[in-house]
Amino acid sequence: MTRNLITPAQNTWCPGCGNFALQHTLKEILAGMENEGRSLDDVVLVTGIGCHAKIADYLNINSVYTLHGRTIPVATGIKLANPQLTVICCAGDGDAYAEGLDHLIFAAKRNIDITMIVHNNRVYGLTTGQYTPTSPLGFKGKSTPTGTTEYPFNPLELMLAAGATYIARGYTRKMPQLAQLIRQGIAHKGFAFIDVLQICASFFNMIEYYQSRVYDLTGHDTADFERACAKVMEWDYNRDAPIALGVFYERALPTFDDRYPIRVVSPEERTRRIRDLFEASR
Amino acid sequence: MKEVSVLVGGKAGDGINNAGAMVAQLFNHLGYFVYIYTDYPSLIRGGHNFALVRAADEPIGAYNDRIDYLVALNQETLDLHLPHCPDCTVIANADLVKSIKSGQTVSINTILKAESAPPITGNSVMIGAFAKAAGIPWEIVGDVFRRHMPKAADENIRVARRAYDEGLTTRPIPAISGPPHTLLSGNEAIGLGLVAGGLSAYISYPMTPSSTLLHFLAGNAERFGLKVIHPENEIAVILMALGSATAGARTAVGTSGGGFCLMTEGLSFAGMAEIPIVIVVSQRTGPSTGLPTYTGQAELRFVLYAGQGEFPRLVVAPADAGEAYTWSAAAMHLAWKYQIPAFVLADKTLSEGTYSVDYDRLTGLPVVDPVLWDGQALYRRYRDTPAGISPLTFPGRKDAVVKVNSYAHDEDGITTEDAGLVTLMTEKRRKKEAQLKEEMTRYPCVSVRGTADATTALLCWGSVRNACDEVAARLGLRVIQPVVLSPFPDQQFSAACRGVQHLIAVEENTTGQLAALAREHGVSTEATILKYDGRPFTPDELRQRVQEVITP
Repeated sequence: MTRNLITPAQNTWCPGCGNFALQHTLKEILAGMENEGRSLDDVVLVTGIGCHAKIADYLNINSVYTLHGRTIPVATGIKLANPQLTVICCAGDGDAYAEGLDHLIFAAKRNIDITMIVHNNRVYGLTTGQYTPTSPLGFKGKSTPTGTTEYPFNPLELMLAAGATYIARGYTRKMPQLAQLIRQGIAHKGFAFIDVLQICASFFNMIEYYQSRVYDLTGHDTADFERACAKVMEWDYNRDAPIALGVFYERALPTFDDRYPIRVVSPEERTRRIRDLFEASR
Repeated sequence: MKEVSVLVGGKAGDGINNAGAMVAQLFNHLGYFVYIYTDYPSLIRGGHNFALVRAADEPIGAYNDRIDYLVALNQETLDLHLPHCPDCTVIANADLVKSIKSGQTVSINTILKAESAPPITGNSVMIGAFAKAAGIPWEIVGDVFRRHMPKAADENIRVARRAYDEGLTTRPIPAISGPPHTLLSGNEAIGLGLVAGGLSAYISYPMTPSSTLLHFLAGNAERFGLKVIHPENEIAVILMALGSATAGARTAVGTSGGGFCLMTEGLSFAGMAEIPIVIVVSQRTGPSTGLPTYTGQAELRFVLYAGQGEFPRLVVAPADAGEAYTWSAAAMHLAWKYQIPAFVLADKTLSEGTYSVDYDRLTGLPVVDPVLWDGQALYRRYRDTPAGISPLTFPGRKDAVVKVNSYAHDEDGITTEDAGLVTLMTEKRRKKEAQLKEEMTRYPCVSVRGTADATTALLCWGSVRNACDEVAARLGLRVIQPVVLSPFPDQQFSAACRGVQHLIAVEENTTGQLAALAREHGVSTEATILKYDGRPFTPDELRQRVQEVITP
């Protein structure tokens, strides 16, 4: 069945929002999967709470619209229960890097086979403009009117340290590349992390800033951890520097879900084993 | 009631729990019902530990104040306990105690040396010496070692035998007729009940007194085909479990009050998104970190009302291992039929206490099935139905788009802020509660015990019921124990209270949480007997306090 990939839900993103690009990209990827003969019935989208998360309402595929910061544990549970499913998380930067940072680090540590797309607009949009863990030092938001007094995280550096096996950065105004990075992330067996620089047209419009600094990673050996470290540290999400886009690091390792194979024990056999255990404790 | 109690004490790390379990098995094979209570501080090594094994010719679930035998691995055990049981028979480790006025000593070191046995067998020396003092036939001792200490049974039997041969029978315990029962801890019973209810995954972060449930299921994961996961914190625990359930796997989590605090956003998510989940909360003494290894009953209100918003939930509070088994299975089935969170509310006394259980005599509870999508009409995750239960299917099912949502949503699972839809969907969830309440009339939600027509009744819940049973038997009282606390079983509760003129609540908290709940449901208590020092009521203590209340 070829399905309409967009639901009738009314779209409420602001004009010019980078989420449109991400939704379109995901839609194209899903359509491509369907064209290749893969059933979209086996795909689950897991979102947090924030502007990004409306994508759960808009894309006509299985979805779990979870809580702020909690995409990863939900996605991990889904993948463990049914490893046949392709599980894609869309999370915001507040979601992934503030409220749910612990889960992000543990997902990388476990190498659970899910794809994590962070809609990183570096500002809280849905709550109308406060700083996030990736806002630059001095960012003036509604909760920090005189400017933030803390440096941002470099999420790529964090993910390298935590053991993520696929680390990439995309940009919502470079959609063909973004599609390629996400496709490769989905194909990657293990925890795939994609930080997406996303434009927030209403509260932190960085188009000009990004346009003049982004460049594509070419000739970069994604298997080289040391090189990956150097590359992810080139831009620290704060000071001016060239901003590389592409895959920084990729490595094959056993996944968490592989280590929990399904062991089927029939209900009858279970009952017998329960009885045996009662008997053994006599 | 014929009864005998043995206290085995030593320092943490001495294997006191195992020694207590072996003593309990000796009684079990003499034909007694047993209960084991373990008392230990929140330490790994050092600190005083003791196991109290009580045996009786009737089912029991509490320890009492009287001690008949004191098995002391060290001097501290004598110092702490002997003043409270001056008449008890002492069997002490000669290597670590000073002289004793009466009783027997046995040198663990000497016996281990003579048998060239490793230090780990030291407790078996004490068990052998105790068995001889109690006049337990050697055949039973040897049999219990072979059955319950299969690892290095020979070594243990050798040292036990030497201690047995060297000792004297000073206070024989008669064998009584009756087959040995299964000895199960409350947490083992909960675990087996969940498995019987179809458990597929158990997810938990260690927290006393729930941790032994995690250990038990992890240790038996292969046997039962389970996935047992220990994630980064309790927030991840419940969210992971909800993901697992969303994908179709029957999943449970376990924790204590502090961990449950972190789970409340996930609980509310389960309520809104209608995700089935079993949550085992084993209470310890609060508030906050409190007394990690001691008991309490102060989280009834918390469990009943936790989570933002209103949504149906099942709360069951079993009193002993048998009830823990049957109600844990029932909680799983009901969670899946109604797509709701279901709680098994336990406490340290139940979780870590060990009880005699007879598998063939457990109360069978109804097994209800989930309502599954038939694959016919377009799938709508939150389809409104007369009972409010939407047919379930899971991501991966052909031609179904399953949209699960924590926001207010329409029948398709799409976010909505429409006033009419919000009302409709809220009422849909409410309908499930009404239906569940109706369903529960087929379950024994309120247990009435003791003298059924007595006009004075003890009102209790959870593990406290066991002490109440004994007091009621001695004083001719009725015991009323609601096992199901949500939805509150109004009809069964009223029926249970019929003819009661004096209702006395017995609880291990400071406010009488069940008494307050009963009042909300139109039944007032005349008095409350409360205890909040972390130790369970003993029947002796409770009897005295009940007598103070009922004799004006």
